[in-house]
Amino acid sequence: MAAPATPAPLALELRGISKAFGPVQANKDISISVRPGTIHGIIGENGAGKSTLMSILYGFYKADSGEIYIRGQKTSIPDSQAAIAAGIGMVFQHFKLVENFTVLENIILGAEDGALLRPSLAKARKELKQLATEYELNVDPDAMIEDLSVGHQQRVEILKALYRQAEILILDEPTGVLTPSEADQLFRILDRLRTEGKTIILITHKLREIMEYTDTVSVMRRGQMTATVKTAETTPEGLAELMVGRKVLLRVDKKPAQPGAEILKIQNLRVIDESGVERVKGIDLTVRAGEIVGIAGVAGNGQSELLEVLGGFQDATGSVQVNGQELPLTGAGSDGQARRAAGIAHVPEDRQKEGLIMEFAAWENSVFGYHHEPEYQNGILMDNKGILTKAADQMERFDVRPPHPHLAAKNFSGGNQQKIVVAREIERNPDVLLIGQPTRGVDIGAIEFIHQQIMNLRDQGKAILLVSVELEEVLSLADRVAVMFDGQIMGERQASETDEKELGLMMAGVSGAQKEAI
Amino acid sequence: MGKMPLWADAILVPLISLLLAAFFSALVILGIGESPVEAFTLMVDGALKRSAGWGYTLYYTTNFIFTGLAVAVAFHARLFNIGGEGQAMIGGVGVALVCLYIPWPHWSLAIVGASIAAALFGAAWAFIPAYLQAKRGSHIVITTIMFNYIAFSVLGYLLVEVLRPTGQMDPASASFPEATHLPNFHEMFAPEGSRMFRGAPANVTFFLSLLACVFVWVLIWKTRLGYDIRSFGFSETAAKYAGISPVRITVIAMLISGALAGMMSVNTTLGESERLILNSTEGAGFVGIAVALMGRNHPIGILMAALLFGFLAQGGAELALWTDIPRELIVVIQALVILFTGALDNMVRMPLEKLFLTLGRKENA
Repeated sequence: MAAPATPAPLALELRGISKAFGPVQANKDISISVRPGTIHGIIGENGAGKSTLMSILYGFYKADSGEIYIRGQKTSIPDSQAAIAAGIGMVFQHFKLVENFTVLENIILGAEDGALLRPSLAKARKELKQLATEYELNVDPDAMIEDLSVGHQQRVEILKALYRQAEILILDEPTGVLTPSEADQLFRILDRLRTEGKTIILITHKLREIMEYTDTVSVMRRGQMTATVKTAETTPEGLAELMVGRKVLLRVDKKPAQPGAEILKIQNLRVIDESGVERVKGIDLTVRAGEIVGIAGVAGNGQSELLEVLGGFQDATGSVQVNGQELPLTGAGSDGQARRAAGIAHVPEDRQKEGLIMEFAAWENSVFGYHHEPEYQNGILMDNKGILTKAADQMERFDVRPPHPHLAAKNFSGGNQQKIVVAREIERNPDVLLIGQPTRGVDIGAIEFIHQQIMNLRDQGKAILLVSVELEEVLSLADRVAVMFDGQIMGERQASETDEKELGLMMAGVSGAQKEAI
Repeated sequence: MGKMPLWADAILVPLISLLLAAFFSALVILGIGESPVEAFTLMVDGALKRSAGWGYTLYYTTNFIFTGLAVAVAFHARLFNIGGEGQAMIGGVGVALVCLYIPWPHWSLAIVGASIAAALFGAAWAFIPAYLQAKRGSHIVITTIMFNYIAFSVLGYLLVEVLRPTGQMDPASASFPEATHLPNFHEMFAPEGSRMFRGAPANVTFFLSLLACVFVWVLIWKTRLGYDIRSFGFSETAAKYAGISPVRITVIAMLISGALAGMMSVNTTLGESERLILNSTEGAGFVGIAVALMGRNHPIGILMAALLFGFLAQGGAELALWTDIPRELIVVIQALVILFTGALDNMVRMPLEKLFLTLGRKENA
């Protein structure tokens, strides 16, 4: 493909990389070539082998076979030090920053020049200034990491790589934690880096990002590179099919909603957290039967606390009614089990920290939160056999892969973990379903499936409250959208009568009324 | 992911770790100018060859099973109960009170009463640190350690000022009535006139400790409460999501833990000394931590680890008796065992895992 007359060597070339973990072939004969000054996307479902490939490139794993060429030089990368020396920088999905260090301290961490910090810090400060102007990467060098927004923390990670002279920057699912505007800023920075001649490898499962920002894209499926194409010459549908191996429905099949009686009624809800900060400042919200109400908003504007109150693990004041029954918001009868008894099921925002016990087997997780129900007891013991049988059946029906109930939750991919949670909550046939970030870190095939399950539940006349930071998801699933900003609801819109632009403004704190006034 | 077969994980890894510990122990023994081979033979002879040796080994094993289980139950709720020693001491007070003040007609009733009292007293002693942890966030490691010292002082006071019969010199209670005497192994198993198990302290409480193993296994893996405890231990946030009360589980897990530690005193106080004495726990509460660590908080593992530590305790006593090797050396050997089986476990495990991976791949190829 490459013209022989190309003067600059390839920034990066992988030839025939293979890596197996026991019987699992994570990477199989993978070859890529990336030109300098381009953004190269790598897309694939969870478990397709993207992360393994990048870990090999960054020296975390050693390939069983294959060769790595950097700027035309054959290079061996036994550890991350060697990767850094070869000019490779990595921005992980979960940042590797010390929370209670300043930006500057984090940047020199591991790259100090000597036993005394002062000279290194001074040098870093100077260089940081230069990088900031060169790439528009502005971060206060003396700010504490814990005080920075997620978007800024990510910039620190990028700065860390640039400070170590990275020429090739690998970003693993960089927008998973960002708001739409933060994501836009990130891509502006990446664009700038590209113009300055840096090479960027973008790992993502979001087709939109691939289509909008990359020059070339490689698709991985089941450890193999199924295609490498110029982005301009492909379509989202085509990429999705290459990823999943079958045709995928990218849009949710949504019939018009037929809202019935008010099921969930929230009035003047207020939440004050442990440090005394008011997180939710008097919310009124109603969800009817057969309706999905979506909460849009930048993460950290009170949506999580709202879900936690309704799910029974956060105290609050105000009033919440389900089917006309007042729910206690503090003290006895306000815990998760009481909420479940009241007909509320909850797919929490963070499946790994809340929704699942990662060390438990899938079958044990299949009753998590419902394990006190009489149907799972056998005298004084738990009916483990019965639970196991039901779990195996449920995993089959919800297409959890692999369908092995004895496998620990941590051994499933993100999408399949989410299916385990969704299956558990939906199968209880609740009156109200709370669902937070239903598809965060979930691959396309599973997104389609989970969205369809939510839609089915709506069509059975259930009340669904959806919280997602993916505006696209809220718009495509919800019938009604409420935007939260700073603990308040800025306004409600019919999903069919609004768009990302209007919601984006409301998410930034411009209220509906103000906008109409303008 | 390729995995090691279960037998390698459960048996081969600890075995290799043990051999390593034995090797380094041998070096230490060489270093103080004794013969490791002789020392080892002596330990095996003293602890395992003769029935009386077994009678001591199993006596210690019984103690370690109780304290090991105590640590394990708490640990499943991610609570580090270092207070087994104190809980066992106070459990002993419970045993002494019911045995001295209730006229038991038969030992079979006495052991039930003593077990209940030991469990209640041990649990009560664990309750205060548990409550402080659950409600006030006082770290349970600190409070349980402190409570060991308090227990020791309380025990001293009770023995000197309250329970000591007038005119007696040593700080100990009166002997328990004859009817509470628990059958020891000699009485239970030795044929008429045989010397089997004679003079050894192992008694019927050993079987009680085996029952406790079964109880803990059922509790942790078969009941709702066990499910709650493990959930809470793995993830407090997830437990809250599921409606499991952290306060409730912290307190309950510690109560059970304290009860198990307390029940050790049935073996020492009722089974062996037959009166309450000052230092009947002999550090078993602390050995329980090592036992739970080595046994991976599973009753079967704890049983095996307790046997090993029982062997070390008895073999060590023999060493001190017959050689110039000080008894403290046994603590060194125990420490090496803990170091290799617990802290340095991955040193053995990881190369082995790799070995099995490559072997597995060759078979597949």
